[in-house]
Amino acid sequence: MSRRERSGVPPVLLAPAGLAVLFLVVPLIGLFLRAPWRSLPDRVREPAIREALRLSLETATEATVVAMVLGVPLAVLLAHGRFPGRSLLRALVTVPLVLPPVVGGVALLSALGRAGFVGKRIYDITGYSLPFTTTAVVIAEAFVAMPFLVIAVEGALRGSDVRYAEAAATLGASRWTTFRTVTLPLVAPGVMAGAVLCWARALGEFGATITFAGNFPGRTQTMPLAVYQALETDPPAAIVLSMVLLIVSVAVLALLRDRWVAPS
Amino acid sequence: MSEGLVADFEVTLGEFSLRLGLTVEPGRVTALLGPNGAGKSTALRVLAGLLRVDRGTVRLAGRDLEDDSRDLHVPAEERAVGMVFQDYRLFPHRSALDNVAYGLRRRGMARAAARERAGEWLSYVGLTEYAKARPARLSGGQAQRVALARALATGPDLLLLDEPLSALDAATRMQVRGELRRYLAGFPGAVLMVTHDPVDAMVLASDVVVIEGGAVVQRGPVAQVAAHPQTDYVARLVGLNLYHGLAGPNGHVRVSPEVELTAVSELTGTVFAAFAPSAVAVFRSRPDGSPRNVFPARVDDLEMHGGTFRLRLNGALPVLADVTAAAATELDLVPGREVWFAVKANEISVYPA
Repeated sequence: MSRRERSGVPPVLLAPAGLAVLFLVVPLIGLFLRAPWRSLPDRVREPAIREALRLSLETATEATVVAMVLGVPLAVLLAHGRFPGRSLLRALVTVPLVLPPVVGGVALLSALGRAGFVGKRIYDITGYSLPFTTTAVVIAEAFVAMPFLVIAVEGALRGSDVRYAEAAATLGASRWTTFRTVTLPLVAPGVMAGAVLCWARALGEFGATITFAGNFPGRTQTMPLAVYQALETDPPAAIVLSMVLLIVSVAVLALLRDRWVAPS
Repeated sequence: MSEGLVADFEVTLGEFSLRLGLTVEPGRVTALLGPNGAGKSTALRVLAGLLRVDRGTVRLAGRDLEDDSRDLHVPAEERAVGMVFQDYRLFPHRSALDNVAYGLRRRGMARAAARERAGEWLSYVGLTEYAKARPARLSGGQAQRVALARALATGPDLLLLDEPLSALDAATRMQVRGELRRYLAGFPGAVLMVTHDPVDAMVLASDVVVIEGGAVVQRGPVAQVAAHPQTDYVARLVGLNLYHGLAGPNGHVRVSPEVELTAVSELTGTVFAAFAPSAVAVFRSRPDGSPRNVFPARVDDLEMHGGTFRLRLNGALPVLADVTAAAATELDLVPGREVWFAVKANEISVYPA
């Protein structure tokens, strides 16, 4: 677009837009100003921090895998399915998006806890109790983050062209083959964008995790939980942890941005 | 013994419904002509298996594909039907070669064999050097040939072409039309081609079926339909002036209360009178002598077709007239110009309505 072309931005919007930028950037500047830069390298190597970081990366990745394996088929159903109650199902699926994560944690505890209507059966049969395990962390993160993936993939599928799927059918491809060889490759950028969004949401998950999985270092204490705990006992450590989390998130986003989530 | 395509079906989409009976023998090309919204694309979707019929049957090469009385519907992927879509629909994430190989793979051919066969097809349509190119890099004409190769590669019994030339610019269209004619001549199966361009029909097809508003209005060999159009649309389509009228003795045909045409004909009763735009002579003033069929008119518009101008003349008898570019300049034919035109009696053909 040429610079000489008239832009569509009314000047009156410039001031609030500028304030919005400040509002979003100032807290990050605060974090940078307070960071103990000199001791940062040593502190990052502390076992507690490394443990929390490892747990966060692992659980967020596992939660994303779970969300993709289950969420992509669900997105297909929502995007291309023809059945009554589809919009009701979509509303149901997106509830975790608007639900306060703490409430999500309580809900998970009520269903999958040792006394919950599902958890009790699991416990009676296998003697296994989900809450306060690393698996519970993954479940809590997937519960909160999967809707992001489903919505993103569903959007990509709706925008995708059924014309190519029709062409594949006339060439002898069954619906499953068409999905594998045509539809999915064409919406791959949307799936990846959804996966990144899902991963970032899982990485930052706090409320549902602490409620459903507790806060046990090495087992369920992810980075956000460690930040929260450090803020009460050792504020500089909280800033270090926050910096690490910020750097990891921004690095992942930057790595993937060019390939997958670049604006069209 | 292959019996080609035999279809007779009815399909309703909301307010619109299409009724079509159609037979295409192997090795023959039938053009399905009609204005926008006539149901041409709907017909192709039914035959391809992308849309189920409400009533009726479709048979191809002796095999039933649709039969509502038995609730039979063979899905698209199980039909020996190739389709070239109007917008080609080449898979954007696959190379030209892999696009052509796609159908072969789906029919169980091993990867290497499919790619080799696809390469042969690309060479047949003259695109060997574009084997690795993604569709976005191909020109319209090249994409059309890849789409054709992709559809033909699976050896279908029926080839469906949806407006095969409409996405091309005028210069390319001429060339591709010629190539397409050659490829279709080498194809042993039945071909059904949807078009709204009568030239496509005349150059590529042996038979034509004209549909309007979801129903067949005329069918037959191309030349016969062109010579004897049954509706305004068919007449305009094939460039004929067509009038419905009442024939009296001595070749007089009354086509409106004020207008009587004189033709060389023995027919009486309700008839069609038709003459080609090229049979119309245009003058600035009333021509001397007294040829019959002389009428005043006003030039409504004119457009260039090849080397000639097609004029739309309005008056007591609205007509299409073809004049040479030189004549158009000499007569200073511009919209709004008052003119006279004449048609020789022996240029007017009269046939029963």
